[in-house]
Amino acid sequence: MPIIEVENLVKKFGSFVANDNLTFSVEAGEIYGFLGANGAGKTTAMKILCGLSSPTSGKVMVAGYDVAKQSEMVKQRIGYMSQRFSLFEDLSVWENFQFFGGIYGLSKAKIKERTSELLGRLGLESEKNQILGSLPLGWKQKLAFSVSIIHQPSIVFLDEPTGGVDPITRRQFWEIIYETASQGITVFVTTHYMDEAEYCQRVSIMADGRIVALDTPANLKAKYNAANIEEVFLKIARN
Amino acid sequence: MPTNISIQASHITKRYGDKLALDDISFDVKKGELFGFIGPDGAGKTTLFRIITTLLLPDNGSLLVEGLDSDKDYVKLRKILGYMPGRFSLYQDLTVEENLRFFAGIFHTTPEANYELVKDIYSHIEPFKKRKAGKLSGGMKQKLALSCALIHKPEVLVLDEPTTGVDAVSRIEFWEMLDKLRMSGITIIVSTPYMDEASRCDRVALIQNGKIMSIDTPDAIRRNYGRALWAVKADDIYNLLTDLRLFKATRTAFPFGEHIHLSLTSDSVTPSEIASYLKDTGHRNVQITRIEPSIEDCFMEMMQKV
Amino acid sequence: MRGFIIKEFYHIFRDIRSMVVLFGMPVIQVLLFGFALSTEVKNAPVAIIDHSNDQVTRAITSKLLSSGFFILADQVPGEDHIEEVFRHGKVKEVIIFESDFATKLEKDRQAGIQVIADASDPNTANLLVSYTSAIVSDYQQEYLKGMSLPVTVKTETQMMYNPALKSIFMFVPGVITILLMLITAMMTSISIAKENEMGTMEILLVSPMRPIQIIAGKVLPYVLLAFVNALIILLLSYFVLGMPVKGNLLLLLAESLLFIVMALSLGIFISTVSKSQQMAMMLSMFALMLPTILLSGFIFPIENMPLPLQVISNLMPPRWFIIIVKSIMIKGLGFHYIWKETLIIAGMALFFIALSIKKFKVRLG
Repeated sequence: MPIIEVENLVKKFGSFVANDNLTFSVEAGEIYGFLGANGAGKTTAMKILCGLSSPTSGKVMVAGYDVAKQSEMVKQRIGYMSQRFSLFEDLSVWENFQFFGGIYGLSKAKIKERTSELLGRLGLESEKNQILGSLPLGWKQKLAFSVSIIHQPSIVFLDEPTGGVDPITRRQFWEIIYETASQGITVFVTTHYMDEAEYCQRVSIMADGRIVALDTPANLKAKYNAANIEEVFLKIARN
Repeated sequence: MPTNISIQASHITKRYGDKLALDDISFDVKKGELFGFIGPDGAGKTTLFRIITTLLLPDNGSLLVEGLDSDKDYVKLRKILGYMPGRFSLYQDLTVEENLRFFAGIFHTTPEANYELVKDIYSHIEPFKKRKAGKLSGGMKQKLALSCALIHKPEVLVLDEPTTGVDAVSRIEFWEMLDKLRMSGITIIVSTPYMDEASRCDRVALIQNGKIMSIDTPDAIRRNYGRALWAVKADDIYNLLTDLRLFKATRTAFPFGEHIHLSLTSDSVTPSEIASYLKDTGHRNVQITRIEPSIEDCFMEMMQKV
Repeated sequence: MRGFIIKEFYHIFRDIRSMVVLFGMPVIQVLLFGFALSTEVKNAPVAIIDHSNDQVTRAITSKLLSSGFFILADQVPGEDHIEEVFRHGKVKEVIIFESDFATKLEKDRQAGIQVIADASDPNTANLLVSYTSAIVSDYQQEYLKGMSLPVTVKTETQMMYNPALKSIFMFVPGVITILLMLITAMMTSISIAKENEMGTMEILLVSPMRPIQIIAGKVLPYVLLAFVNALIILLLSYFVLGMPVKGNLLLLLAESLLFIVMALSLGIFISTVSKSQQMAMMLSMFALMLPTILLSGFIFPIENMPLPLQVISNLMPPRWFIIIVKSIMIKGLGFHYIWKETLIIAGMALFFIALSIKKFKVRLG
């Protein structure tokens, strides 16, 4: 059953068409890679899916709710993390979890339970009372991801989650993504690292506001006769 | 200082409070070289580049650029530097043309005087010269920023993470531009978190936690990996990774796209042994190939040694 | 340098927000203070208890009532009823002439008038009392003239130069001061902080430009704009609000220019200690605006402040500039009356310029 269903989504800013008739769906529990060049319309589409912006026309259902009419319901069911927005640097790890858990209306007991569960998975329990700003970037990114799924959303949106992260942490991050997906949380992710696109079950590539390719990484490589997704990406972008 | 050296850094240390941003860094960059600093965010690249551009003073150590001391001769040094900071730092509310003219102006020159040098790059964005810089796409902004950094014909060009946050196509185009610039004899130092860009440089320094782990040509760094590396592929990549980690001879196993890069504790283990292990654990369509390590493999190898 | 200034004008003219602040604000502020916030009181109901009812008290009463500030309210039968009429709010002020007023004035050269005002609205009460005493002393002067006796010294100096008691005259110098302070200090500090925030300052520093050139390039456009602003405010005050310029206009403009330079150097100083545009904005608001309004004597008379605040008010540049503007515009005084204030502002300007050049870093961090 699809957890994200997008039909003929159009978003215009004045005469500029940012999203030109997008149609795609994402299955529950899937890791879906959302690729595209700068300015191709990824961010616009992502904002619409998260209920932050409404479509000019078309139907967008996320976790069973219409984003145009029930954006508040959508926001309850999704998690969001980006490279730019992460956590409060001047709060401790625990205070960050407490704050974001509170935003989603979790009870004190529930926040405690989820925090120890998520920190346990990262092996960062002993850093619970550390001020976030003092931790290495890679840890912060992992913590930001954990916070984004503290309320056990149906879907988590990750906007370039691994930008600038060191190669080992980057891989550990993807292992966490896999684990999360195996628990049934759908992962919707953008990235500039083309090797990471291979970790997704399906990827779509956007260009000029349209989705020009959507398939499994293996099928895309076969179709474009390419050795890896980077080549696919270049072939598409240069046409 | 030998005449063929452009930048000479010795024992540079920089602290922010308790945090050691740069830890005893020394390196030389030759004249006309394209030299890359490769490392993740927080490795100290920006701090180092700000020291090179005289914007910061090191706590310890000295830095000479074209024979000029970054502390004492900073006024002279600033005249021969071209600098493109990490963030897009042009005036968003000025047009493409106005930005170029302004940056030429503060170096007491005009866009016309040095047009030859920037022609290749600027010609891509010249059709949009009346457009505000804030309205350009990521790739075009980058070209404009590079043009502005070059317009006064600097001897040393310092580019701090020019390709961060830029899509794969624009990144490739950017490196093609640097390739051409190299022909003009200008010394270029560039930093990037993207390991795959290392191969575009003459020499690279791998930097992590304020320390340089290795300085060499990309080829030499790869040759020094020191052991056999295997690319393993199978249908279920996630289970492949967890199963390979349990394999008795596994030293490291890291996902690389659709492959797992595997290094072993002993060179005597053969691919067929790996294959039969994976067959026993139920993997299908297993492919094992010996590969040359990439810079990223080497980087992770060195990270684990530290 | 030329290119730098041109660029700065592009920034200003292309940003609608700064255009509004620069040119919309002066007009709005002057008109706001001029009309809406006028503290003039007209036709305040007043009760008069005249125990004497002779020619002098009648003359004073008719002078009071013909001034336009007062109208005669209900009769109050006697002192016992004063509280009652105040409580009903029908009367704002009660004036009581003692008995045998004219006789006492002639014999003892002294007679008493008691003024009781409803101080539940202290500002109005204050104004009414000072209107009353001004009118009474006015009468006193006329009366004494006929008797060829030495003129009594007035205590209410404020009234002397503003006989019509127009509050607008009090406000315009303050408004000019605040606007010049706000526009110059805030706008420059924000525009420099913006370069820091956008990362363009890095490039400017890594260029052969010297700090003094960067500062001058950022500041000169604002000197010009602030000066144009000062002209706009003066024109508005003169033509729309009927504010006189009794003294030398050139002197006034020169003093304004000096004050602008002072405010600019303060703005640069603020920008050197603030990391972001927001911080520059907050600092300008709290470090400049509020003290300017509260401590410069613009709204609250300095004489009425507790001593520590009086001392602090000496450090407020606007305090001195308000004196200068009032002296030139309203009193028509020349430079030799205000050289002290001028010197103080010049000194402050030099201090802040020196400080900001010292604080302006040729490097980051």
